[in-house]
Amino acid sequence: MIINGVQIDDTFAEAFNMRGTRVIITAQNHRWAYNAANAMTGFATSVIGCGVEAGIERELTPNETPDGRPGVSVLMFAMGSAVLMKQLENRMGQTILTCPTAAAFSGIDGNERINLGKNLRFFGDGFQISKQFGGKRYWRVPVMDGEFITEETTGMVRAVGGGNFLVLATSQSQALAACEAAIEAMKKIPNVIMPFPGGVVRSGSKVGSKYKALFASTNDAFCPTLKGLTKTQLSPEVESVMEIVIDGLTEADIRKATFVGIEAACKLGSANGIKRISAGNYGGKLGPFHFHLRDIMNDKTLGGDHS
Amino acid sequence: MSALTFTLKKDLLQKLDVSPLTPDQLSDKNISQISATLLWYGKQQLRADDIFLIEGSDTQDLVFEKCSAKVDYIGSGMKTGRIIVNGNAGAFLAFQMQKGELLLNGNAADFTACAMSGGLLQINGNVGDYLGAALVGDRKGMKGGTVIVKGDAGERTGDQMRRGLILIEGNVGSYCGSRMLAGTIGILGNVGEYVGYGMRRGTLILTKRPSLHATIQDCGLHTLPFLNLMFKSFSQLPSKFAQINQNRAHRFAGDIANDGKGEILILE
Repeated sequence: MIINGVQIDDTFAEAFNMRGTRVIITAQNHRWAYNAANAMTGFATSVIGCGVEAGIERELTPNETPDGRPGVSVLMFAMGSAVLMKQLENRMGQTILTCPTAAAFSGIDGNERINLGKNLRFFGDGFQISKQFGGKRYWRVPVMDGEFITEETTGMVRAVGGGNFLVLATSQSQALAACEAAIEAMKKIPNVIMPFPGGVVRSGSKVGSKYKALFASTNDAFCPTLKGLTKTQLSPEVESVMEIVIDGLTEADIRKATFVGIEAACKLGSANGIKRISAGNYGGKLGPFHFHLRDIMNDKTLGGDHS
Repeated sequence: MSALTFTLKKDLLQKLDVSPLTPDQLSDKNISQISATLLWYGKQQLRADDIFLIEGSDTQDLVFEKCSAKVDYIGSGMKTGRIIVNGNAGAFLAFQMQKGELLLNGNAADFTACAMSGGLLQINGNVGDYLGAALVGDRKGMKGGTVIVKGDAGERTGDQMRRGLILIEGNVGSYCGSRMLAGTIGILGNVGEYVGYGMRRGTLILTKRPSLHATIQDCGLHTLPFLNLMFKSFSQLPSKFAQINQNRAHRFAGDIANDGKGEILILE
């Protein structure tokens, strides 16, 4: 399959079951909502080192938030419910409780509820006040700027993490330009986040290492400077490879984001040095979700028709 | 199906207890069984059809017509459906009500919404004393649900109230929110003296500043974002409170003679 001169590899991305939640952060204005949300989703690129993968899903207008203030919605994913709960609580306490004017609310329903502000209330040292509106419990914690408002719990759902695709280009700047275009388009898709810096990751990994202590190491088959040394996956003209990783609430959300991202990257085409789109997997044995690139790009329900 | 309607046949001399006449208790009964329901009238028991003209068949939609202040315990322990009362209601309206809707087009007597735990009670008129209070001897009053009063309320409104919401558009007597444990009471009119007397927790929302007793402490004027949430949750209620959207309030805390975690917020 070739789209605008870009070869789409006959391969698939392999993704895993995760636990996910959505939190709505509001503040006096968007600037402070972003200050809070950026801190909350900071250092949350990969579950390997950060515990959770988190990102800002989208901006919310005052009409869309529970307290009628400007806000943003944040998605957070982890490999298990215990880690998600612990990380959410830690991040709430250090980034939302601390951020001037910020408040936090549940952004998702679900049978399973996890603590949002339930334990943060004890920061109030007995002066905290509980209020129930519309069947939901909120906490008011007195702080130096006024009151910190938080919902007691948020929903936790089963989610999918690790959807991805690789952009192979003839130069580093061209690979990055294609990824930027892809991220710009993917940001408009609800229910997904791209957790790496700016949505893009350059250090794709393979399983295992020559060093016993490491269980993952650089994906040498896709490292352009090792073309002559390893069993490379790269053709001579490819000089740079970048990856976009996608976490989403459902498989369908990731399919949609993948489609939109690859479409945007391919729009630049081979004329702009974009040569190939590929994907990362572990042979299909580790993850239950397989996102076949050609199948997605041909999915008519997504608007695809490249057969 | 038309609403199951109970029309009073004549003026009552004694108090009448209609607690057996609720949608959940009548749901599996036919008209002859409903007619034979025994009701306490003073110290004797009478059949329902001795007192009421009974028409209609929808047991989930009850109507009391020509009702009077002698009729106690309307909607007692109600769990489902709807009751509409045209005329006045006696004491213990919506006593221990759990769910459903109760609408009164008239005035209610004392102990309205006593120990109520859920549902919506709307009163297009005035209520007596001890609205949302505890049953005498109990230590907790209303535990949930919403009460809307279009007129005035008497003394001791929300006495020992534990949770839930009372919104009063008119004036309220003295000792409003006394011994309150939690919950919210909103009042658009004037409030009598000793508001929040012995209040432990909970929120009183007022629009006019009453005279406050010495153990209610001034905490200053504040912008409170939780008021946005609260008034938004009122927006669908059939009350003038639905139109309020203000997050600036003068906060008084108290009663510091009883822990002082309660608050009186005055929208200014």
